[in-house]
Order: sequence, then C-alpha cells, then structure tokens
Amino acid sequence: MSPSLRQLAAIKAVCFIACLGPLAQLAWLGFADGLGANPIEYITRHLGTWTLNFLLVTLAVTPLRHISGWHWLIRLRRMLGLYAFFYATLHFLTYIWLDQFFDWASIVKDIAKRPFITAGFTAFLLLIPLAATSNTAMVKRLGGRRWTQLHRSVYAIAIIGVIHYWWLVKKDITLPLLYAVLLGALLGFRALRLARERQRQMNAYL
Amino acid sequence: MLIKRRNDIAPSEITPRTLFEGRREFIKAASATVLAGAALYAGLPRRAWADSKFADLQKSPYSILETPNSLREITTYNNFVEFGFGGKSQPAERAGAMKTRPWTVRIEGLVQKPRTLAIEDILRIAPLEERIYRLRCVEGWSMVIPWVGFPLAALIKQVEPLGSAKFVEFITQMEPAAMPGLSLPYLDWPYTEGLRLDEALHPLTLMAVGLYGDVLPNQNGAPLRLVVPWKYGFKSGKSIVRIRFTDQQPQTSWHIAQPDEYGFYANVNPDVSHPRWSQEKERRIGEFFKRRTLPFNGYAEQVASLYAGMDLRKYY
Repeated sequence: MSPSLRQLAAIKAVCFIACLGPLAQLAWLGFADGLGANPIEYITRHLGTWTLNFLLVTLAVTPLRHISGWHWLIRLRRMLGLYAFFYATLHFLTYIWLDQFFDWASIVKDIAKRPFITAGFTAFLLLIPLAATSNTAMVKRLGGRRWTQLHRSVYAIAIIGVIHYWWLVKKDITLPLLYAVLLGALLGFRALRLARERQRQMNAYL
Repeated sequence: MLIKRRNDIAPSEITPRTLFEGRREFIKAASATVLAGAALYAGLPRRAWADSKFADLQKSPYSILETPNSLREITTYNNFVEFGFGGKSQPAERAGAMKTRPWTVRIEGLVQKPRTLAIEDILRIAPLEERIYRLRCVEGWSMVIPWVGFPLAALIKQVEPLGSAKFVEFITQMEPAAMPGLSLPYLDWPYTEGLRLDEALHPLTLMAVGLYGDVLPNQNGAPLRLVVPWKYGFKSGKSIVRIRFTDQQPQTSWHIAQPDEYGFYANVNPDVSHPRWSQEKERRIGEFFKRRTLPFNGYAEQVASLYAGMDLRKYY
C-alpha cells in the first residue's frame, strides 16, 4: 500500500496539525485556568513529556516501516523529528524564561551541578545539529553516509532524555521506566535487525 | 513568656501585589497568542471565607502578614503520598475516601500518662487559633496557609513526658482501601515523622485541625496534622493516629528512603542544596517570579537558637 503524492501531501498536512495538539492543549488549559496551582511546573512537565513522546515516535518510524511494509512512513520522519526539537526548544525556553526568568548565574549553576539538568541540557544541545541538518540541501552537502552517521546520535539523545526524566522524579519511577522500556524495544529492534543482517552476510560469504 | 514576632519580610522583598496577581493574566496572554480568538474564560468561583465552621477563633501573634494562598490552591496542590506518588492533584481526587470519624490518637512511649484520645476531645484541649504560616516544600515551592489549630505543647502537657523522653514520633493513618499509595514500596509505611522534644514543644509547632476557618480537608491531613513552619513540609505528618515519645531519634520515612536527600532535621535552609536542586529560591504558588528562600523559612528569630552550635550542613 502506497499513497499517491496527493494523498501523501494530505497525510502530511494532517500529521502537521495533529502534532500541534499538545501545544494547543496547553494554550487551552492556560486560557481556561486549567494548569493547576503551579502552572509553570505544569507547562514544563507537559512540554518535556511531549519532547520524549516525539523522540520515541520518530524512532518508531523505522521499525514500523519494516513491520508493516509501509515505506512511505519515512516521509513523515523528518517532520516528527523536527517536532521533537520544537517541543524540546519550548521545554528549554520554559525553563530559562518562565522558571528561572533569565537568572543566568542560577541557570549555569543548575546545569553544572544538578545531574538531571546537565542531562537535559546535553540532550537539547545534541539535538541542535540534527535539526540544523534536517533539510534536503544539508543531506546533499554532507553526503548520505555522513548525514546518517550524524543522525544516529538521536539514539544517544533519546537515552539521555530518558535519564533526564528518571533523575528528576522523586520516588515513583513508573513513567520513566515505561519510557526506558519503550526506548529499549525501539533500539533493540534495530540491534536485532543489524545482527540478523550480519548473519545473513556471513552465511552468504561462506 | 515573652512572645517575639519577627518583622516579617522587608517591604523590598515582597513582590508587589499587582505583579503577582498578574500571573494568570500573563499566562493567559501567552496562551492567547497561540490560541487567538478562542475566547471563553470564566474563572471558577473561589470559595469565600464566610462559612466558617469554627467559632471564636483566636488571632495569633505568630501569624504572618502576607496574603494567604487561595483555598483552591491549598486544597488542589498537595503531597500526600498515601494517595499516590503520581501528581499534586491526586490527593484532592482521592482523599475523600478516607474515613476521618471515628478517629482516635494514641499517645504513648516515655510518658507518665499514656492516653488514647478521640478527635472530639483533642479539639477541646486548647482554644483554637488561626495561624497564618508560610509553608515551604522541599521541592522548591511555597504557600501561605491560614491554619486552624492549637500548640502541640498543649497536647504534650496532657501526657507528661518522662525526663528520658528526647524525641517525638508522629505516625500517619493507614487505610489501605482508601490509600492506593500504601501498596507502593517507595516508603516504609506507615508514614513516620519525628521531632526533637524541644522542637515539638516550641510555641510555633502547631497541631492543625482546620484551614481557612473550616475543618481540614482530607487531602490536607484531616482530621489532625502537624505543622512545623520552619521545616520542609514533609516533616509535618498528616492524618496522625499515633504519637510516641522516645529516647532515640526516630527513623523517619523519607530519611529511610533517601537519606542523602531528606535529613531528620530538614530545617528550611537556602544554603544547603537538595542533591538534585538548589534550595536558594522558591516559587510561591500564585507568583511568577521566584523569591529568595529565607533561613528557617523566615522563622529564624524564633527558632535558630534551638540549633545553636550545630553544624546545619551536617544535620540537614
């Protein structure tokens, strides 16, 4: 099953709008006084959660493609990845603007001293080159192989992102654990495929 | 006894009312840029002070002059882990199932007269006062809460502690059917907190039975909770069923779970960081800008002498 170009454009448009849902939800809650007693905390958590969600969804594209045979899914991956960066940026801006209100001394201290913030900040920094090289021109300039190598760092970024969440929670690790398991499955799928591929090549060689 | 009251906070430290009240406006304005056009905001009505259940509450010289948080803020943003670890709104959603009558409190241990008191008798131990206190959570937020209660010292007097009693332990109710958090292994249940006897006898230390002139909502620790305003909130045990006098420092729940993060003393101290975040500042619920955290949560004049000569970095 492969959609026509027009269908694909429509799917992309729907996907684009759907990905704005979490932001719209926040805007609605803000408007309807539904962000709770500590709105800044709510906003920060919401945006952080959706950053992780988008990272995982982006990483799910390849396994889904292989399992379902819907290779056109790859056409959505860049958008999903950029949305992960979009929510990460909002999450980061919420922290430096709403939470810390540009108190740079305290931000620098946080990043240096608090492991969960160090992790989150690292993951955010590592996302920047990926977002910057996401357009077709950059793929051509870097060359497919180098581009692929660079973009594999998203595996590390997702792992650091989950660690960031894990280190933040007070005691109940249920949710970070869920993210860790899902991420493990997504990365495990790739590792398994790679191992099988190697085996196949070996067998062919013998 | 001479009652000293701090001059509160310097006027320069207080965020102007117009600024902090502007916070919802700020967030709304920010949202509106995203959600331009969608206009349908009707603020939920705040419950008024008027329907007070406790008559003749005495005003207290220990009350601070800052504006209290709204009843809605105080009753929807809580940590009461027996009702779940999954978010500040869980206690408000779930605590209604807890039975608070009949309720008895067993007072025992190193005392002359161990007693089991019904909540109705406890309410008659001393005249009820309104005490407006700051509350600082170890997580970095704070509120101002108009408690109703009486000094813990009055309750302690009833049981006559022995000379050997050095510490007091406070044990929270366990009602598994109403408290899903009890099935989680994160803390050593029942929730246990403790104070040194001199801390427990300090006139600021309150047994709270109400809030905003009305009976305590379950999520805030009904029917009887401790309030120790110069310590992080987790020290103030909720829904207390047992008070025990000991000669040993009690093993307290959060301290057992994470000894490097939660000390026995847990005095509010901007100079001693939590290992995962700074304690220098706090966000007062309802305000946009963070404010500086004060030593002993602003109660240093009254309580710092309790810790004279102690290394507060070591005894955090």
